[in-house]
Amino acid sequence: MIGITSYGAYIPRYRIKVEEIARVWGDDPEHIKKGLLIHEKSVPDLDEDAATIAVEAARSAIGRCNIDPKEIGAVYVGSESHPYAVKPTATIVAEAIEATPDLTAADFEFACKAGTAAIQACMGEVSMGMIKYGMAIGADVSQGAPGDALEYTAAAGGAAYIIGKKNLIAEIEDTSSFTTDTPDFWRREGESYPMHGGRFTGEPAYFKHIMSATKSLMKKVGTKPGDYDYVVFHQPNGKFPLRMAKMLGFVEEQIRPGLVVSKLGNTYAGSSLIGLAAVLDQAKPGSRILMTSFGSGAGSDAFSMTVTDGIEETRGKVPTVAELLKNPKYIDYALYAKHKGKIVV
Amino acid sequence: MAVARLWRHIPARYNLIGTECQICGGLYFPPRTTCPTCRRDGKIIERKFKGTGEVVTYTIIYSASSTFRRQTPYVLAIIRLDEGPQLTGQIVCNPDEAEIGMKVRPIFRKLGEDGSSGIIYYGTKFTPLREASK
Ligand SMILES: [Zn+2]
Repeated sequence: MIGITSYGAYIPRYRIKVEEIARVWGDDPEHIKKGLLIHEKSVPDLDEDAATIAVEAARSAIGRCNIDPKEIGAVYVGSESHPYAVKPTATIVAEAIEATPDLTAADFEFACKAGTAAIQACMGEVSMGMIKYGMAIGADVSQGAPGDALEYTAAAGGAAYIIGKKNLIAEIEDTSSFTTDTPDFWRREGESYPMHGGRFTGEPAYFKHIMSATKSLMKKVGTKPGDYDYVVFHQPNGKFPLRMAKMLGFVEEQIRPGLVVSKLGNTYAGSSLIGLAAVLDQAKPGSRILMTSFGSGAGSDAFSMTVTDGIEETRGKVPTVAELLKNPKYIDYALYAKHKGKIVV
Repeated sequence: MAVARLWRHIPARYNLIGTECQICGGLYFPPRTTCPTCRRDGKIIERKFKGTGEVVTYTIIYSASSTFRRQTPYVLAIIRLDEGPQLTGQIVCNPDEAEIGMKVRPIFRKLGEDGSSGIIYYGTKFTPLREASK
């Protein structure tokens, strides 16, 4: 059986509240909070980027388990904010966890689902016996143009997963994907901020892809919504995943534990993976979890998992998602603009 | 900074890999190629430091070169690693949080960059240890 051997999350310490962004742009904060179900979002420190976040998440995953980093045969980093256009983030991570030099590494790109695509690649290589363990990371410091609706949600964070056959904390029964060419959100090379298709991002993109991947997975595994203790979907805001859950026949108790977006924002490639980490932080041996990512462009990867007894031994070694969300440092818009390097308006 | 020099420093900067003299047990960070005590008789091997330590002294930087200007004010400290060696590093905290004797732990951050088109330097900074158990 293939599955998750370890995981680790990282969230920067700074937050900005919806009220503060709304104050600058003359929006009604209550209207936005109700519309997005987001109250605040994480902001990277001045010296943090997708690479440093990926490294912190990767070190947390290593710190949780007892495997030697040299046994990791692949490091894949999914992000849409890789610091370099050419030069991999994955080599920085591999060096920082001392997994180098006998391994393969690459960066993945597929908007917010690049991290789950990396998990699938690791699953394939582990099952083929090409590698013993693979590390898949989703990490982003996402950008929304000043004054754009995305500015209320675009946040920073990441999570790393070690995929293997041994020392599993959760078995992955199967995975299914659904992919089409859908231009709902994009950023051209050299541009600072993304563009999006407005309302087009909902029905034909997010809902259609997650629904299709999730349904085909449940059909393949032979499960129904009621068989799962937890369900995690990509979290661009609080509303979409709640509505998606309802449309698929899940109840709120299944989706709430992994819904971290209201205090975190949308961490793009980190989003569903941090949600899954929050679920693993509290899941019991035997718990069944369904997770489906979504990446604009567009595609979804769905995973069906069952937590093993091994999870109990991994508790308390590194911070949980709930602990990472505690004690934030709130900043105002001026400091936020400095943190994000927002001088180009 | 020359790219070659940056590259040679990666193990030390990312993972605090220093050196140890197997003859006298001397520990060195940054790494040394010869032992100052044993000189020619020394036997130098790599040694990884945990990165936890204590602030010996610190200063608050208010004005810095262009690379660091955006980060001012920031705390620059001499840190004594738990294993003994001392090094200079940045402490990521509010300047008024810094104090002598404060316990710190390592974090991975951007140290600088050669403008917007050059190399980005990554490596170790420090943060108050109490935040680890938050
Ligand atoms: Zn010596």
